[in-house]
Amino acid sequence: MRRELTNTTTSKVAKLLDEIRDEGGAVALGRVLTLLIHTQLGVEEEAIAAANEASREHPMRVVVVSRNKDDVRAEEDARLDAEIRVGGDAGASEVVVLRCYGEIGSQLEGIVQGLLLPDAPIVAWWPTFMPSDPGHAQLGQIAHRRITDAAAQREGCEAITRLADAYRPGDTDLSWTRLTNWRAHLAAMLDQPPFQPVTSAVVRGDTASPSVQLMAAWLRARLHVDVELSEPADDLPVGSSGLSQIVLHREGGENSITRIEESTGLMQQTGQPDHRVALSRRGLRDQLNEELRRLDADDMYREVLEEYARTQKEFA
Amino acid sequence: MTPAEAAEQAVIAPGSNPLRSGRDSRLTRIPGPNGLVLFGVTGDLARKKLLPAVYDLANRGLLPPGFALTGFGRRDWSDDEFAEFVRESVEQHARTPFREPVWEHLRVGIRFVQGDFDDDAAFDRLAETIDQLDSERGTMGNHAFYLSIPPKSFQTVTSQLKRSGLAVPGENQWRRVVIEKPFGHDLDSARELNDTVESVFPADSVFRIDHYLGKETVQNILAMRFANSLWEPIWNANYIDHVQITMAEDIGVGGRAGYYDGVGAARDVIQNHLLQLFALTAMEEPVSFDADDLRNEKEKVLQATRLPDDISTGVARGQYDSGWQGGEKVTGFVDEEGMNPESHTETYAALKLFVNTRRWAGVPFYLRTGKRLGRRVTEIAVVFKRASQYLFDSSSTSAMGENALVIRVQPNEGISIRFGSKVPGPAMNVRDVTMDFGYGHAFTEESPEAYERLILDVLLGDPPLFPRQREVELSWKILDPVEEHWASLDEAPEQYEPGSWGPKSADELLARDGRHWRRP
Repeated sequence: MRRELTNTTTSKVAKLLDEIRDEGGAVALGRVLTLLIHTQLGVEEEAIAAANEASREHPMRVVVVSRNKDDVRAEEDARLDAEIRVGGDAGASEVVVLRCYGEIGSQLEGIVQGLLLPDAPIVAWWPTFMPSDPGHAQLGQIAHRRITDAAAQREGCEAITRLADAYRPGDTDLSWTRLTNWRAHLAAMLDQPPFQPVTSAVVRGDTASPSVQLMAAWLRARLHVDVELSEPADDLPVGSSGLSQIVLHREGGENSITRIEESTGLMQQTGQPDHRVALSRRGLRDQLNEELRRLDADDMYREVLEEYARTQKEFA
Repeated sequence: MTPAEAAEQAVIAPGSNPLRSGRDSRLTRIPGPNGLVLFGVTGDLARKKLLPAVYDLANRGLLPPGFALTGFGRRDWSDDEFAEFVRESVEQHARTPFREPVWEHLRVGIRFVQGDFDDDAAFDRLAETIDQLDSERGTMGNHAFYLSIPPKSFQTVTSQLKRSGLAVPGENQWRRVVIEKPFGHDLDSARELNDTVESVFPADSVFRIDHYLGKETVQNILAMRFANSLWEPIWNANYIDHVQITMAEDIGVGGRAGYYDGVGAARDVIQNHLLQLFALTAMEEPVSFDADDLRNEKEKVLQATRLPDDISTGVARGQYDSGWQGGEKVTGFVDEEGMNPESHTETYAALKLFVNTRRWAGVPFYLRTGKRLGRRVTEIAVVFKRASQYLFDSSSTSAMGENALVIRVQPNEGISIRFGSKVPGPAMNVRDVTMDFGYGHAFTEESPEAYERLILDVLLGDPPLFPRQREVELSWKILDPVEEHWASLDEAPEQYEPGSWGPKSADELLARDGRHWRRP
């Protein structure tokens, strides 16, 4: 069900939400978090679709705040339009889309405040543009967890540098999320014998991809070895993370994971037969699901950002 | 760098992996390369639970790339025929959707070894198969043997494993054995069974499965009790009047008649599932969730558990009669096909336990289980003492019962709290209302099946959810006197209507204490 309100206020929206609930059907019981999506007019749907699907795992209230453009002094009359979606149009969540025109967009916190679930944690997500300092940005300030996507920015690696400077507990970035599968396979390799030290590593992939940079930073930070970055072989796919191959040089030989097909990797280890492993392409829904699973600060992400910023400074 | 980070060295060794960190919550632990060898592949449990659980683990990415599944059985099957059988059971019973690439990956590691348990040649073939898997699939000499077979065959199978050298791991390898209930039928037989298994596998390589402990709701008892500050202050004899633990089934013994005769509800369910629920409810806070600490606390409370002095006042038993249950004509227990018509085996058992600790002084725990009861339900109900009601007329609170906390283990997993609330209107009338937490509401992700968790823990070598032999022995010590008392009686167990909540004597058991069973 969809209900539209034009030229409205947050309290009218909240009241309508309550009415819809009373009429039955949409129950607010058991919502575990409020997800604030900060995006731009016209491009809301992809993020809403991902949130709706993620709500199957995390029942939540989704509040989408979209504005015309970042510059709120645009010559435009101030107006708030809202749309409420519940039931079949909203997965297991309830979605409130707030379209902010003109000066309204400069006071986002006040706009969403009345729609936040009591006590429940707040997650802010910028699927498109990204504030340079998420922790102090509008909506970012009131959120417990802040999700950005450096890969969606024009200069992904610069975005990572900015995130490293501005890091506050609760920050996270989807370019880090996209590495989890790769990291899990690499960690599993070192769980097994032979327990030989890693002497150096090579990361092959699209070097402009923030994920590739973070992977190299992670290996440097954890293994204390030199990590060489290089472009991938031409004939191999790179996937959503931009990664193509990772090689760990060890005393007794070489361990590697190579993406050989769109969603398959080849794991090669000394003393073991080759294994094909899953490196499925993870949709936005999967990435968001992983982010919502834990709402505490991601310490490892901070450590990797620090390592990335440190090496950037060394090069500069 | 924080001190915690500095303490982590980039040393690669068994148990020390620099790519893992306590601060990295995204990486799930997956077991190292290993093979699972399943005895009793054609049994109901294997078909409906174990094989689907293995697939579900694979589908969730929790099995290592070097994984193999070997079936051992009497059927004259090739690897392909067995794989086809696994596929059918997965397609029918797996929790997660069937995906061809996942299946293909699992498929290449599936083997079948044909033979009888007393056939030396068959076990030699099994040893060869496992050797081959180590080189072809890279299972690295790590193997778990899952004995989904009747306990009478344990002796044969374990000694065969010993003879063929399969029970002993090499360096940096492991061998584990998984056994299922029943762990004997009394204290002596439980010890005998254990001696058989532990003569081949060391105690810490034996994993005893009580699938109740794999259930999310059961593990949640620990979270609910120890992660919250709300319950601990009232979790004692000052506030709790009594506790009722129920596991009811609406089905009869059906095809298990032959097995069930001579076993009965108490041995089948109370000795394991119900006493585990009881121990988790009544135990003190463990120092940690490590296997030893958790098991120590459970063992302590089982050790402090006593039956009433006169056992006859603290127990009740019954057999379901024939009759109509939910629109269906059902056969009485003694008339079931293959059942001894003179059988004194109980299909309903209830007993009253006390815990001799300060926390539980004088608080009875009533445990009951039965077949052909009102509906299928497992729950723990903690019933609190009535508050003094001098403020209210007796008429205004007459519709109010005791406050209760109910942990629903299955179905509708969740927790509800019952308390009194004012009925809207001019008069001060108080009536019971319910506050409800449902797993399905707050966490819409489907909970994994108990066997997924338990098989994963076996492969990881993580023992907290598996009872030790001492726990098994302590629970038999509680139950043996009850069984002896029943065996000494001449009269047959009381009959009860199918679809009811058990025999009259069970109601009398609580009525003698001025209490009554909840209707779950």
